[in-house]
Amino acid sequence: MSDIKKFMFVNRKAPYGTIYALESLEVVLITAAFDQEVSLAFMDDGVYQLKKGQQTKGIETKNFSPTYRALEGYDIEKLYVEKESMEARGLSEGDLLVDVTVLGKKEIGELMDQQDVVLSF
Amino acid sequence: MLHIINKSPLSNGALDSCLRVAESGEILLIEDAVYAATKGSALEGKMKEAMDKLKVLVLLPDLEARGLADRIIEGVATVDYGGFVDLVASNKNCQSWL
Repeated sequence: MSDIKKFMFVNRKAPYGTIYALESLEVVLITAAFDQEVSLAFMDDGVYQLKKGQQTKGIETKNFSPTYRALEGYDIEKLYVEKESMEARGLSEGDLLVDVTVLGKKEIGELMDQQDVVLSF
Repeated sequence: MLHIINKSPLSNGALDSCLRVAESGEILLIEDAVYAATKGSALEGKMKEAMDKLKVLVLLPDLEARGLADRIIEGVATVDYGGFVDLVASNKNCQSWL
């Protein structure tokens, strides 16, 4: 199979309040299993998905944040965070639980343009 | 690329976010997003600004359903369902914003 496509998953929702963040991760892992070129973009409240130190015992919900650190093992190494969204939430790269590439709004938009498939969560 | 928005810009941030990052291409407003294409809304200035870099289109049946087909911002193009299909087919990729 040589038909490799560029997939980008755009994550714009905070974790736990809705199921979107978790569902996005599931689809990301499925896509990677099919040997596609996968990247993740985090913007708006989606940046909160990557916040260090999530503790979910109190809400009796699975803490799926460690999964972002496991993505490397699935050859998913392209994680992009929109600078404007991160800064608007008082966060910096040091607050994030995984290494990311911080890009300005323009660069994120250009990256979207280059994809074969863009899925929004 | 084609950006598809289907939520009211007055109660949902999808259009705002799309306009923030998109530098070129086309935006199609459907369902409740068609309110962004109407004159006199709080969004009008922002939409006109966006039209400098993006082509803005609106799905006419959705505008008609909401009684606003006679209030389209100048420069916004209308499409029918067939035109919607053509847009998806003619763009290299598309994103349905949530």
